[in-house]
Amino acid sequence: MAATMFDAPRLVITRPLLQARGLVKRYGRLTAVDGVDVTVYPGEMLGIVGESGSGKSTVLRLLNLEEATDGGEYYLDLPEYDGVNLFDLDRYHRREVRINQIGIVYQNPHLGLRMRTTSSGNVAERLIMAGERTFATLRRTARESLAVSEFPLDRMDDLPIRLSGGMQQRVQLAKAIALKPAALLLDEPTTGLDVSVQALVLDTLIRLRRELRIATVIVSHDLGVIRTLADRVMVMRRGCVVEQGLTDQVLDDPQHPYTQQLVHAKL
Amino acid sequence: MTILHVHELSKRFHIHQIEREVAAFDWVSFTLHAGEFLLVRGPNGVGKSTLLRCLYRAYVPSAGQAMFTSTAGAIDLARAADVDIMWLRRSEIGNVSQFLRPRPRVSALDLVAEPLLLLGHDWETAQREAREWLAAFGLKPEIWSAYPATFSGGEQQKVNLARALIAPRRLLLLDEPTASLDAEARAALVERLGQLKARGVAMIGVFHHPEDVRGLIDNELYLAPPDSGSRRNGEEYANVAE
Ligand SMILES: Nc1ncnc2c1ncn2[C@@H]1O[C@H](COP(=O)(O)OP(=O)(O)OP(=O)(O)O)[C@@H](O)[C@H]1O
Ligand SMILES: Nc1ncnc2c1ncn2[C@@H]1O[C@H](COP(=O)(O)OP(=O)(O)OP(=O)(O)O)[C@@H](O)[C@H]1O
Ligand SMILES: [Mg+2]
Ligand SMILES: [Mg+2]
Repeated sequence: MAATMFDAPRLVITRPLLQARGLVKRYGRLTAVDGVDVTVYPGEMLGIVGESGSGKSTVLRLLNLEEATDGGEYYLDLPEYDGVNLFDLDRYHRREVRINQIGIVYQNPHLGLRMRTTSSGNVAERLIMAGERTFATLRRTARESLAVSEFPLDRMDDLPIRLSGGMQQRVQLAKAIALKPAALLLDEPTTGLDVSVQALVLDTLIRLRRELRIATVIVSHDLGVIRTLADRVMVMRRGCVVEQGLTDQVLDDPQHPYTQQLVHAKL
Repeated sequence: MTILHVHELSKRFHIHQIEREVAAFDWVSFTLHAGEFLLVRGPNGVGKSTLLRCLYRAYVPSAGQAMFTSTAGAIDLARAADVDIMWLRRSEIGNVSQFLRPRPRVSALDLVAEPLLLLGHDWETAQREAREWLAAFGLKPEIWSAYPATFSGGEQQKVNLARALIAPRRLLLLDEPTASLDAEARAALVERLGQLKARGVAMIGVFHHPEDVRGLIDNELYLAPPDSGSRRNGEEYANVAE
């Protein structure tokens, strides 16, 4: 519906960096994701909002190539994968894309981090998976990546389990961006953080969006977070996208009955 | 050169919960050239802010066209793709809102400099220009590095104006930007707008006290309530320069 409301791009001629079409995921008789298209341009942040169970996290898991799909195509605009549907890749190449080109931050840091490995070790693990073996390089790159995520470097040898929630999210973020991926996927990255810590994480994300030309997808229930970060937003309900558009337009002039309800419930 | 040609633009809000359609404005038409200033007038609630928001595409127009002459070609703002609008907002169309939206932990100076960084300017240039704009609006230098969330209404508005005007634009949308300003800042704003206008920037503005900007106005558009049975909006479009 809302997708066809406007013309195709005419002024912007860059190609989307991330493009997925017709994503489908079923769990038994439940269709968790039912024909979702996702397009993200370089340097752009796309928000996904919608009620609990609408399929937002499932979309991110599909884009992270961590689960098999039941349908759809997925492209990253990279020279080595030009025109390659990433869902068709064999396990070896899938893993390679996942490690080198996609970073993810989960709401629950236990999903994204090893709690009994140091913070720098968690980031270094990514680099080791990508084939880096030199201790000095590992340490330096992990340190740089933690610094970019504004993690306090004097804590880099602490175990994540001993860190605050905000610091854990920074370690996840450092791990996610360590290899300068094409796509960054954020699943409720600030939920559960107290307001001032949340503000710091948001600020880091805004800076990264400006400095790295990554395609970012962020899922959040917090419409304030979405308004601050996302350029465009998609509204999901029961596995489908009911509305999408520029963030201020969707939040201030929602067209679909469900979006109107969602926006007014949060005001 | 024509910058914007608006043809029979209408906006209605469909509020599903009460199954009602609320008309904001109907059939608005006008033409705006480079360096022209159009004043939008009309009673409260007639749709002045809504018109500006439709042109910025924060609202979706219900019908009509708004052909904008971009450096990259002509485009209908009512139908343009979201990514095209994003590009226009970054580089050609500026929006000066009534209120600043402060971001936690971002200083006044950084908020003002940000639009230039987004256009690819280096950090030093952006900071230098941001200081220059804040100084022009008379914001106390002691608070440039502070977080605007704690500023007074007028101070916030100075930051807002500096942020909205710092990057070069072809079209500026101004919705009551003088509301909370002191006389000095108002004079500074009018002076800056005059300079931009002389450089060819086209402007559409809503001002509660149009005498603030008297010297800038070229044309007026009077919006009439949609159900008042009056003529199509834009027919009584007056050229005050005559
Ligand atoms: N591994 C799984 N096995 C079975 N069902 C699943 C599985 N993962 C997700 N689901 C179901 O798929 C649907 C979508 O779940 P998903 O986690 O994507 O929702 P969500 O939009 O992220 O919700 P929330 O806002 O609560 O995080 C839900 O009904 C969920 O129960
Ligand atoms: N997001 C919205 N959703 C629903 N109705 C809206 C929305 N924004 C504006 N309206 C309605 O549209 C009409 C026009 O409002 P608008 O704010 O454009 O008036 P205005 O001419 O700017 O008034 P004022 O002089 O008081 O600023 C009003 O009836 C208003 O309630
Ligand atoms: Mg979820
Ligand atoms: Mg108004």
